[in-house]
Amino acid sequence: MDLRFTPEENSFRDTVRQFFTAEIPQPIRAKVADGRPLAREDIVTSQRILNRRGWAVPHWPREWGGQDWSPVQRYIFTEELQQNAVPQPLGFNVSMVGPVIAAFGTQEQKERFLPRAANLDDWWCQGFSEPGAGSDLAGLRTSAKRDGNEWVVNGQKTWTTLAQYADWIFCLVRTDPAARKQQGISFLLIDMRSPGVTVRPIVTIDGGREVNEVFLDEVRVPLENLVGEENKGWDCAKYLLGHERTGIARVGLSKLRVRRIKELARQMPSGDGTVWDDIEFRKKVASLEIELKALEITQLRVVSNERHRQGNKPDPASSILKIRGSEIQQATTELLLEMVGPYALPYREAVEGSNEPPVGPDWADTAAPTYFNWRKTTIYGGSNEIQRNIVAKAILGL
Amino acid sequence: MDFDLTDEQRLLADSVGRLMGDAYGSLEKRRAHAAEPHGWSERVWAQYAELGLLGLPFAERHGGFGGGAVELMIVMEAFGRGLALEPYLATVVLGGGLLRLAGSEAKQARLVPRVADGSLKLAFAHGEAQARYDLDDVATTARRAGDGWRLDGAKSVVLHGDCADLLVVSARTGGERRDRDGITLFLVEAGVPGVSRRGYPTQDGQRAAEILLEGVELTPDAVLGPVGGAAAPIRLAVDAALAALSAEAVGAMDALHALTLEYLKTRKQFGVTIGSFQVLQHRAVDMVVAIEQARSMAMYATMMAGTPEGHAAVAGAKVQVNRSARFVGQQSIQLHGGIGMTMEYLAGHYFKRLTIIESLFGDTEHHLREVTASGGLLGDLPSGSGLAK
Ligand SMILES: Cc1cc2nc3c(=O)[nH]c(=O)nc-3n(C[C@H](O)[C@H](O)[C@H](O)COP(=O)(O)OP(=O)(O)OC[C@H]3O[C@@H](n4cnc5c(N)ncnc54)[C@H](O)[C@@H]3O)c2cc1C
Repeated sequence: MDLRFTPEENSFRDTVRQFFTAEIPQPIRAKVADGRPLAREDIVTSQRILNRRGWAVPHWPREWGGQDWSPVQRYIFTEELQQNAVPQPLGFNVSMVGPVIAAFGTQEQKERFLPRAANLDDWWCQGFSEPGAGSDLAGLRTSAKRDGNEWVVNGQKTWTTLAQYADWIFCLVRTDPAARKQQGISFLLIDMRSPGVTVRPIVTIDGGREVNEVFLDEVRVPLENLVGEENKGWDCAKYLLGHERTGIARVGLSKLRVRRIKELARQMPSGDGTVWDDIEFRKKVASLEIELKALEITQLRVVSNERHRQGNKPDPASSILKIRGSEIQQATTELLLEMVGPYALPYREAVEGSNEPPVGPDWADTAAPTYFNWRKTTIYGGSNEIQRNIVAKAILGL
Repeated sequence: MDFDLTDEQRLLADSVGRLMGDAYGSLEKRRAHAAEPHGWSERVWAQYAELGLLGLPFAERHGGFGGGAVELMIVMEAFGRGLALEPYLATVVLGGGLLRLAGSEAKQARLVPRVADGSLKLAFAHGEAQARYDLDDVATTARRAGDGWRLDGAKSVVLHGDCADLLVVSARTGGERRDRDGITLFLVEAGVPGVSRRGYPTQDGQRAAEILLEGVELTPDAVLGPVGGAAAPIRLAVDAALAALSAEAVGAMDALHALTLEYLKTRKQFGVTIGSFQVLQHRAVDMVVAIEQARSMAMYATMMAGTPEGHAAVAGAKVQVNRSARFVGQQSIQLHGGIGMTMEYLAGHYFKRLTIIESLFGDTEHHLREVTASGGLLGDLPSGSGLAK
């Protein structure tokens, strides 16, 4: 038992940190640190810089651009990425559709989609949830019927993150209406420019435009856009959701947030000094740091244990990481909000190019929206209640 | 970075686990041990000695087994699971820790073999009525008397102070009552004139004592470590004890959760097992989450104690362990319903031990202040990150 990283691992950390700070444009990283929405171009720029270095999709199979990194190296990479406020490579591409195509797709699909997904030449979005199918995803009703050499898709997806930027959507669709629930679902790739696809924004409580409704009306999709076998799409979905969960603790991001709160609290006036002079505030910070350290060590235990695990199945402990990770992310946003105090009030609309001077410190206006927005982390990716159901069954046998 | 145990460590875990199963497998056995004169079992103590547990952390050249913090963690976790009563923490971790940290080669060579064979029990007589959790607050005095010393004062809630053969007593040889400098450690035979002890049971079924020191005459050889410089070894020994207690709490929580889970799967109401109720399932999951966070921090404390950042790490661990212990303890009782309230059932005994561990050597609030005072566990934004304002 040893907490120390090897000299090789430490020099790996130095290398990636050095690359992130030198190569990813500072204005983009500052936006991430400040909790400002990123423009499409910011995300594309950042991911392409990573991809040029071979680092956009390190967890993919080697032949599709992956790196033969150990679990520890992957952990270090992600932690440094988050701590240095580098935009996360687009999850829909690199953690969802990419791994699914690599695992279940045909050779043509791999050649056609994987390199473009890695380089963010195609922007993917995730069409799983529907108005009637959230946690109970298998209750989805969007249908695909075969017509000659095409599928004809009808239905509605919702909560589709950044669909307004997307070139492609990967969807779960019902291909066998007679089959029960999980059977009869297929995994289909749909070009967002197809006639019959309509995207309508949903404004979230922070005032941002992050999610959308996607209407699919008689959309014609080539047969070869099916991934895996017909009616076996649930296997792809399960595989994907497992991938989604392992990165979700976001320890590095929470570390960045807490350190930033400490730094800003030392500048935030209060009485004769700053917020940081208040012992009660510092105790709150310390308390959160303890929770975060516990999460970090728990994550490291899972990483260290990965060597002993068979196959590619995610550890059921990843549900614990999801629960604690999301709760702590939310706690960081609460702490920032409290620290900002009265300057959390002014609402500044996120208009690109707006010249209105900020009221209060120029970083303060994102505190409340970030807090509002971050309520999502306990809802998506399998809500925390669903995670508890998973642990109750898979670990506790209840 | 790895969290694996070595083969030897796994072997140790297995054998202590087996010993606990034999010695403490049921509430009746525990009760029988508690009914012995000192409130714990001489026979089980001898088994610890046989297994090498009593000499575990001492250097081999002094007659110990050269084990480290991880070995101690393994043993304490098993003790937590078994709900063991013996004065291991007092003798090996606290008393033994001070002996190791402050004792001369000669003293260790003389005393360690007797600790290791089980014939010498130690206790750390440090706490005082006014001190609460402040380790530097020592009013007991040691004054020069001839070429030796004379001790006066009162030590309070000394863990297993009633059965100890040799007391490690802290006393002030200089400075003011709460100064860090000026504290000295003395080895005091429990039976010498001037020492009087009043032993009593504690809420968790263990024992402690009030110890009065009235003109206790000591030879120069009684001094353990540097005169006036005991604060540092005391802090280190207490940090090691906190790491050990964290491990014990994790073991106790593990066992308590297993007991609760078992109950959820067997107890029926409304025609179904109560474990089929989602609200109880989620509570059980939250307990697992709390335990895993505590386990992580107990490991962190174990690996960090004694290093420059060790004190903050240990304090942070105690905060997490305390919070988890309180939640897991309370919820276990709740999920058992009435049966959780009876003295006749194990759950309550785990709950009580966990509650006492919470307050030992500093409660949650105390250790949160310690972490705060040390600047936290995370540090600041790295310079050169380009993200500072
Ligand atoms: C910001 C954001 C972005 C998203 N992006 C995407 C995306 O890009 N693509 C996509 O497909 N989806 C996306 N989602 C959807 C997300 O996956 C769903 O919101 C999620 O699965 C929950 O479904 P629901 O919203 O319908 O809530 P419901 O399932 O209706 O849940 C409501 C409440 O009931 C609880 N609940 C439900 N079932 C149970 C149960 N069995 N036991 C106990 N409690 C239960 C839930 O935990 C929740 O508290 C996004 C959601 C958000 C908020």
